[in-house]
Amino acid sequence: MEFTFSEEQEQFREMVRRYLADRSPTTVVRETMETDLGFDPALWADINRDLGLAAIAIPEEHGGQGFSWVETCIALEEAGRALLCAPLVSTSLAGLAIALAGDEETKSDWLPRLAAGEVRGTIALTEADGNWDANQASASFADGRLSGAKHYVLDGASADVFVTNAMTDQGVRLAVVAADQDGVSAVGVTSLDPTRRLASVTFDAAQARILPHSSEAAISAVFDAALVAIANESVGGAAALLEETVEYVKMRHQFGRPIGSFQAVKHRCANMLLEVELAKSAAYYAAQAFAEGDDQAGTLASAAKASAGDAYLLAARDAIQLHGGIGFTWDNDTQLWFKRAKHNEVIFGDPTFHRERVMQNGGI
Amino acid sequence: MPSESSVRQEVRAWLEQNWSPDQSLIAWRNTLADSGWGMPAWPKEWFGRDLEQALLPVVDEEFARANAVGVARTGVRHLAASTLLEHGNEEQKQRFLRRILTGEDSWCQLFSEPGSGSDLAGATSRADTNDDSNGGWTVNGQKVWTTSAHHADFGLLLARTDWDQPKHQGLSYFILDMHQEGVEVSPLKQMNGHASFNQVFFTNAFVPPENRVGTAGQGWQIAMTTLMHERRGADGLRSYARERDLPGQVYEEERVELAHANEPYKWYPQRAGRVDLVMDRAAETGRIDDPSVRQEIARLLIRARSSEWTARRARAAQEKGRPQGPEGSLGKLASSHVARQASHVHTLISGADALLGGDDSPRDGMIAEILISVPATSIAGGTDEIQHNIIAERVLGLPKEPRMDTGPFRDVKRN
Repeated sequence: MEFTFSEEQEQFREMVRRYLADRSPTTVVRETMETDLGFDPALWADINRDLGLAAIAIPEEHGGQGFSWVETCIALEEAGRALLCAPLVSTSLAGLAIALAGDEETKSDWLPRLAAGEVRGTIALTEADGNWDANQASASFADGRLSGAKHYVLDGASADVFVTNAMTDQGVRLAVVAADQDGVSAVGVTSLDPTRRLASVTFDAAQARILPHSSEAAISAVFDAALVAIANESVGGAAALLEETVEYVKMRHQFGRPIGSFQAVKHRCANMLLEVELAKSAAYYAAQAFAEGDDQAGTLASAAKASAGDAYLLAARDAIQLHGGIGFTWDNDTQLWFKRAKHNEVIFGDPTFHRERVMQNGGI
Repeated sequence: MPSESSVRQEVRAWLEQNWSPDQSLIAWRNTLADSGWGMPAWPKEWFGRDLEQALLPVVDEEFARANAVGVARTGVRHLAASTLLEHGNEEQKQRFLRRILTGEDSWCQLFSEPGSGSDLAGATSRADTNDDSNGGWTVNGQKVWTTSAHHADFGLLLARTDWDQPKHQGLSYFILDMHQEGVEVSPLKQMNGHASFNQVFFTNAFVPPENRVGTAGQGWQIAMTTLMHERRGADGLRSYARERDLPGQVYEEERVELAHANEPYKWYPQRAGRVDLVMDRAAETGRIDDPSVRQEIARLLIRARSSEWTARRARAAQEKGRPQGPEGSLGKLASSHVARQASHVHTLISGADALLGGDDSPRDGMIAEILISVPATSIAGGTDEIQHNIIAERVLGLPKEPRMDTGPFRDVKRN
C-alpha cells in the first residue's frame, strides 16, 4: 500500500483539475443543470478526446488507457471538486462491470465505444424498494430477454447501455442491455441534486446478454467500485467547499474584523479540515485496496462510503452555516455542492447502511 | 558520503568486536558514547559520527540484529540532550552529555505552571539575578505536570528573568539541580488514581552562573527546541527501547531502568481508548449483536483506521521530501476524537458493568481505567482548543485574534 501518489498521478490530477476549472466553472454547471440532457455533449466529447477520462480503467486491448480504479478515482475526485455535469461515474462503472464480468464478445462490442465516450453507460442495480444489495433482484432473465424495473439509475435517461442485475436460472447475474430498443423505457425523475440525473428504467422483455463472469463476488465488486467512486468524488467536493469557505471567512467582516478570526468560526473550519482529511485517507486507501483486489476491499469500500458520506455532508452544512444568510440563497454556489453532498450521502447506501456492512464483514 | 552498505558493514563489525551483555550498563554505554555509535547523528566532537538522518534506520537495524542495547533515551533525557546540543555551551555539553547517554543522570522538564498551561509563555516562576559573590540566580515559583521529578537529578527550567519585557522576551532557560533544599517535589494525584506527575515548588532555589543555557531572554526559543523534539518523538517515528527478556548484566540493568522509566506511562494506552479491545469485548458481552452498538463500533473503527492512514500519509510525504500537507497537523486532534468515541463505545459495550470501578471493573479494571483516563487525551500536550487554533491559523491561514498580552509582562492580566 502506498500512502502518497506517484509523480505521474499527481501530474494527472493537476491536468484534470486545470482542465475542469477552465471548462466547467460554476457558471457552466448552472447552465448545464438547467438543460434537459443534464450534460453538454460537446464537453463530454472533449474530456474524452483530450483527457480520455471514460477510458482510464478500460484495458488497452479494448481501447482504454489500461490504468486502474485508483486513477479513475483521481479523475472523479477532481470531477467532484468541480461538480462536473457529465455521465462520468456512470459510464466508468458500466465499463468496469463489462471489463470485469463480460465475455470477449461483449467486451469488444461495448468497451471501445465506452472508452472513446462515443456511447454512455450506467449501472442499474436497484429496484423500487431502494435495496442497495446488488445480489438481490426481482427482475428476471430467460431466453435472452430481461424484464423488470430499476430505479435511482444514474444518468439512466441518457445512457446508451445498461449493466443491470436479474434473476436467472443460475441465480442473480449481471446483464448488458442496449437502450435503443423497444423493450427499454427510461424516464427521468426529478433529482434533489440538479447536477446529477436519475431515471427509472423499465425492461419489458428487452434483449439482453448475460455477463458470464458475474458471480456473487463479481457483482459485489461492481458495487464496491461504485462505493469507492462516490467516496472519492465526495472528498473532492468536500475539499472544494472547505477551501471556498475559508476564503469567504477571511474576507467577510463583522464586528470590525474578519469573521474567520472568531474562534467559533475558526474552530469549525479546523474541524471540517479534520473530517475531510480523514475521509480522504479512507477513500484513497479503499481505491487502492479495490484496485489491488485486496480481501478487505469490500469492507474498506463501505468504510470509505460511510466516512465520505458524513464528511461531505458536514462540510456542506458547515459551509452554508459559515456563509450566514447568503449561504441559503439560490445564487450562492454553496447550495449546489450541498445538494450533491445529500445525493452522495444516499446513493448506493447511506453511512448507516455501510457501517452495518463494515460490521457484517467483521470490522476493520 | 558513506553508503547504506558501508555503514551497515561498519556498525556490524564494530558490534561484533565490542558488544557484550556481560558488563555493566554504564560501562557499555560509555564505550558506545566514545565510539559515536550511540548517537550517530550527533556531531563527531560530541559522541556522534555526523551520520545523515536517512542512514539512522540502518544503525538501528544492526543494533536490533545483534540485540545490542543503546544509550539511555527514556524520559526527558533525550530532550535535554537535544536541547543542550543545540543551545548549550561547550562547558555544559562537557558536564552533562555523557551522563545523559549513560543514564547516570535523569532529567525532568520544568515548563508548565498552574498559571501557564496553554499559555506556556506566561510563566511566572522567577529567576532573579543574585548581586552577591555567588552570582547566578535565585528561583521562586512553582511548576506542575512534571513527569518523574522525584527521580530527576536535573531539570530544564523555563523562568522569567525580565518583567518589563513583553511576555515571550522575558524568559530564560536554566539547568536546575533538583537535589537542593529549595526544591520540593510533591506528587499530583490524577482522577484515575495514578500520580504520574508532580508539582515542583521553588523556594529560594539556587542556579549557579554556569547553568543558564543560551543568553538572557532566549528562554522561549530554547523551550521551542525542546518541545519540537518532544513532538517529533510523540508521533512514533523513533523506535523506543523495549524490555528484552535475555540473560546478561546489561539486559538486567536495562530492564530495571525501563521498568522505572515506563512506570508513569502505564495508563497511557487506556487514555487512548484501547480500540484494540473493542471487538473482543463486544463479542464477549453479546453487544456485538445490538444494531446501535454496531453503528458506534463501526464509527470508531473507521475513525481510528482513517486516523492511522492519515498519519501514514503525512509520514510518507515527509519521507519523499514532499511539502507537508494538512495531514501532518491533525494527529493529536484525531487521536482525541478516537479516544472519546472509544470511551463511548466501551461504555455501551459494558452496559451496567460500566458502573464498576477498580478491580471489579471488567478486564481486571482495564475498562474503568479507560473511562476515567480518556479525559486527559483532549487536554495533555496541547488541548483540542489549541489544536483547533493551530490548525485554523497555521494550516488554513485564518486570521489571529486581537491580543491583550503584547505589552510589558508585568502589566498583563493574570489570576
